[in-house]
Amino acid sequence: MKKFINNNDDFLKESLTGFGKAHSDIINVNLDPSFVSRKNKTKNGKVSLISGGGSGHEPMHGGFVGHGMLDAACPGFVFSAPTPDQMQAAAEHVDSGAGVLFIVKNYSGDIMNFQMGAEMYSGKNDSIVTNDDVAVEDSTFTTGRRGVAATVLVEKIVGSLAENGGSLEECKKLGEKVNKNAGTMGVAFTSCTVPAAGKPTFDIGDDEMEFGVGIHGEPGRKREKIQASKTIVGNILEAILDNLKPEKNEKNLLFVNGMGGTPLTELYLVYEDACQILQSKGVQVTKSLVGNYCTSLEMQGASITLLKCDDEILKHWDSPVHTAAMRWGM
Amino acid sequence: MSVSFLISQAKSVQKVIDENSAEIEVLDQKIGDGDHIFNIQRGLKLVVELEDSIKDLPLAKALNMIAMKVLSGIGGSSGALFGTFFMTMAKSPDLDKDVDFNKACEMIISGIKAMKERGKADVGEKTMMDVLIPVSEKLNELKNENEFKSGLNEVIKIAEERMLSTKDMLATKGRASFLGERAKGHIDPGARSSQLIIDTICKSVINN
Repeated sequence: MKKFINNNDDFLKESLTGFGKAHSDIINVNLDPSFVSRKNKTKNGKVSLISGGGSGHEPMHGGFVGHGMLDAACPGFVFSAPTPDQMQAAAEHVDSGAGVLFIVKNYSGDIMNFQMGAEMYSGKNDSIVTNDDVAVEDSTFTTGRRGVAATVLVEKIVGSLAENGGSLEECKKLGEKVNKNAGTMGVAFTSCTVPAAGKPTFDIGDDEMEFGVGIHGEPGRKREKIQASKTIVGNILEAILDNLKPEKNEKNLLFVNGMGGTPLTELYLVYEDACQILQSKGVQVTKSLVGNYCTSLEMQGASITLLKCDDEILKHWDSPVHTAAMRWGM
Repeated sequence: MSVSFLISQAKSVQKVIDENSAEIEVLDQKIGDGDHIFNIQRGLKLVVELEDSIKDLPLAKALNMIAMKVLSGIGGSSGALFGTFFMTMAKSPDLDKDVDFNKACEMIISGIKAMKERGKADVGEKTMMDVLIPVSEKLNELKNENEFKSGLNEVIKIAEERMLSTKDMLATKGRASFLGERAKGHIDPGARSSQLIIDTICKSVINN
């Protein structure tokens, strides 16, 4: 294992502290219990959005704390769900009285810990669970589909509604709509290495890829020989379109997400392949997002997410956002 | 059951888990993401380190401190499940009185029941509950017996059989029709660590 690391026990703390210093204009990092929150207090009447999950998916979720997106994020150890006391402390810190919406990816550990956190928090709160991964119906860690890259889109879009005065119920409803309208599937060329483990999570041949991989390197649909990008992208899109069945006149957001170890050059090539294939099938691409947003440490690979957009979703996608990892319009 | 019993068991379990850590890590990497063993080891270390702060406390308070430590220090599914287990045990009635075998069984049974509800998992789903639920059922049969030591040998046997049974599970439960065939042939890491914990504690009770 070759990583920038001093010692395992301090890995997360040191990284979080650095994150806090690098973005001290917009966020604060609290340690013990760990959570990232906005530098400015939540304004009165605004619903607070809190997400979280295992670390190792950066910039998700800490990188999405700021105006127009999350109010707080709770990072767990690498690939391990955060603990209930983190969610409780974050909620107490950010809630302005309008309530808290927890955004949770569908993994058993996250679900359980967020549930306990919600039970321990005495203020008004509700949760939405994302499950956009069309690769497998049930994985080693979930009952039902996994929650992956579309969580980024949910956080952006619901974040905008909350910023613009949406109620807790309205935020939950929009989040559920975005999740339902989104489908994702990923592919990995190499494994990732969890720092505490010190060795790659899975073995994979030089000429192989894991089709339908999860965001922790957990298995997907099948192990295959690597193919041309067009073929890989075509297979991914086929699985997503089968699931989403977008209408001909419907507008869509196309999100190509890097897993951490694939250069942007390749991600844009994937975007181009996806655009061509979607065009040939009569699927309209109106909005785009390309980059490393929901990663799996240093894994090489990418996921593609398609989100069917109505006017409400489009409006909240375009609205201003200012976070460490996403910024436009302000 | 007493606070000193809890501390000595935590130490014995820590030793056994450490001895078997390589095996559990490999199991988790085969079908998971490999964090289970680190979570369990971190949790045991935290509990063992609590010794000085809990050794003179009443049982309910000590269990509660263990629960909060496990809950906030482990993370992942294991933290939530084992935290729930200890929190539920801490809420048992009459903990200020002597906790005999019968009472201890009832506490463990209620703890496992709460874990089952928290994790929404039942027998046959390739999780630690495949070991814990049958063990809890056996303890329910045993709790009123005076001669429970031979019964604990059965508990050890049940835990081992159920742990091994997770090896061929998956496809039957409809879980991961894609993953099914590939996850088959591997024992669930959570079932293995739970079985080791039960094995260690039962043996220590039998030998005392």
